[in-house]
Amino acid sequence: MTKESTSVSTTSTGLPVLTQLDVLESEAMLVIREITAELERPVLLFSGGKDSVVMLHVAAKAFWPAPVPFPVLHVDTGHNFPEVLAYRDATVERLGLRLEVASVQDWIDDGRLRERADGTRNPLQTQPLLDAIARHRFDGVFGGGRRDEEKARAKERVVSLRDDFGQWDPKNQRPELWNIFNPRHRPGEHVRVFPLSNWTELDVWRYIEREDIELPGLYYAHDREVFERDGMLLAVGPYSQPRPGERVETRRVRYRTVGDMSCTGAVASDAASVADVVAEVAASTLTERGATRADDRISEAAMEDRKKEGYF
Amino acid sequence: MSTLLRLATAGSVDDGKSTLVGRLLHDSKSVLVDQLDAVERVSRDRGLDTADLALLTDGLRAEREQGITIDVAYRYFATAERSFVLADCPGHVQYTRNTVTGSSTADALVLLVDARKGVLEQTRRHLAVAALMRVPHVVIAVNKIDLVAHSEEVFRTLAADVRAIATELGIPDAHAVPVSALVGDNVVDRSPNTPWYDGPSLLELLETLPADTDPVHESFRMPVQVVIRPQGAARSPEHVEYRGYAGQLASGSVQVGDEVVVHPSGLRSTVAGIDLGEQSLEVAVAPQSVTIRLTDDVDVSRGDLIASAADPVELRQEVTALACWLGDEPLRPGARLLVKHGSRTVLAMVRSIDGRLDLDSLRLAPAGELALNDIGRVTVRFAAPLPVEEYSTSRRGGAFLLIDPDDGRTLAAAMADALAPGEHPTSDPTSP
Repeated sequence: MTKESTSVSTTSTGLPVLTQLDVLESEAMLVIREITAELERPVLLFSGGKDSVVMLHVAAKAFWPAPVPFPVLHVDTGHNFPEVLAYRDATVERLGLRLEVASVQDWIDDGRLRERADGTRNPLQTQPLLDAIARHRFDGVFGGGRRDEEKARAKERVVSLRDDFGQWDPKNQRPELWNIFNPRHRPGEHVRVFPLSNWTELDVWRYIEREDIELPGLYYAHDREVFERDGMLLAVGPYSQPRPGERVETRRVRYRTVGDMSCTGAVASDAASVADVVAEVAASTLTERGATRADDRISEAAMEDRKKEGYF
Repeated sequence: MSTLLRLATAGSVDDGKSTLVGRLLHDSKSVLVDQLDAVERVSRDRGLDTADLALLTDGLRAEREQGITIDVAYRYFATAERSFVLADCPGHVQYTRNTVTGSSTADALVLLVDARKGVLEQTRRHLAVAALMRVPHVVIAVNKIDLVAHSEEVFRTLAADVRAIATELGIPDAHAVPVSALVGDNVVDRSPNTPWYDGPSLLELLETLPADTDPVHESFRMPVQVVIRPQGAARSPEHVEYRGYAGQLASGSVQVGDEVVVHPSGLRSTVAGIDLGEQSLEVAVAPQSVTIRLTDDVDVSRGDLIASAADPVELRQEVTALACWLGDEPLRPGARLLVKHGSRTVLAMVRSIDGRLDLDSLRLAPAGELALNDIGRVTVRFAAPLPVEEYSTSRRGGAFLLIDPDDGRTLAAAMADALAPGEHPTSDPTSP
């Protein structure tokens, strides 16, 4: 059962007053419908993480009662949390979607990619992603990226052109006027589309609460064996093991982002419900990425450099 | 009243826009600890004594290298009073397109002027863009007031100069605040350094500007984006016969039972239902995205406009518009382009260029072509009639894009029947 999704308050003339979430949802639906109508072969990047889950929820709403008219693509690093993969498959099944997987592991196994010395696989996602886009001739790629996440993302248009090599040119972005979106491009180019551009982490959580959206359990407080590295709590698992001197302990933790297990940190938290998480995020003094992403600490411009190469 | 205010910043290079935005975020406690740590670390590495707050927004390598802003950065912050979406726009003349981008969705423009330099050509250009795009509120931040010894006279003179231009441009609501982005005077908190100033700080002003610019009280219009007809693919058997028209209300409101007209066919019908996902609504208001069902099986497709039958739109095959030219090659009469208006894209031809805006006199001067960043009046003929309204009455219904048919580039932002900033409504804009 969906909760009340428009505000009950009205103006003096009796018209409903839209909340901030209503306006953000409406904008995301506008973008998703417009790109779907104008392009031949759009695809939605879906990892089972909260932003892509919200984006897919909005997409399902935009076309209801028809099915979502495009497939979803998961760029699988091979280091995913098993419960996130299970959640991904269950969601795809429930909505009757076609799932494409671009597997980093396959690329490593057949020698097309080499494992990095630091063990992180996030930067390795770019090539398999670009390959999948080219192979399936996808011309529009929906991503759950938000501008509040990171300073290079803050520079991103809602509809962002990528050249034949998948590259982003931040110095030469297409002007984006009013809410008239223009995804036209030359053959070989494609557009990346970010319907949740104007959402913040808190908006996403408030929306999850309002729409009663189910997420993988690791977003909520649970006990887990972790060890501390660079101020982050990394889970003990097949892809991340403590080094000598790093002490393993069981802590009550949750995840603010879910990505590659080897570089996504947990945060100490007792937030066990959506309402708890909303309260915790509202009070947090750390950004989502600052708290939990090791890969963005590689350099001042790590995200920009990856995005220029074609990362999402 | 909406609690969300969309802001855009403008100003010349080195006026301190990024510093001001950084200061606004920092002093309103919208910067989180790890972001500030990073800025302090980089500032220290560069030998600075204090944190360079511009680093909060200038996130690209080239921006940091050159110390300038290249592209619009969007920032989100909230106070107890309201939430803000801030488009931090570059000031360099070659990036005017980005100021146009930022202004097109803004409720308020914050224009920086350097207290030492006064009104520059870019100040006039940015005010002209704000007037042209009909940004409802303009706030002049007279920056670096600390570098003119917090002089009341400098502030008064400059504020008067800018207001005079604003009035000439037809901007109804221009405020001025003396600030120092570097030190923090009057950005969030009122400053003891300017005892002669008794107005609000910049943030206080932004918190109280009316944001009632939502077009709810205009006539109902909804461009159809997608026809939803699941048939065999319906997610449940009861929806096999479903047929709905999905779009976002550009203006007004619509209720079940309302009589509507579909443009361009002119067919009339009645609203049978309004759906938002699985939820049924009695009434929808702009800017909601919904799906509308009609009582009749009329032919409606993507690109059509559903409008109030009581107040239909006039279809037009030719319009005169003010255009901001954003293409690298100049626009000349006879150019064949695409026009995107609402959800409709049609071929179009530029019949004539009727003038170019001279930024000194703010008058239209005769011109044979429009170059990059020029603002001018053009007459455009569409290959099919479009329900284009006047930009002065509808920011949504009167706006369209000019697009390169070959490579898809957005070449211009156009506003139908708009007056040039120096023109007055008494002159008939449609007369030849």
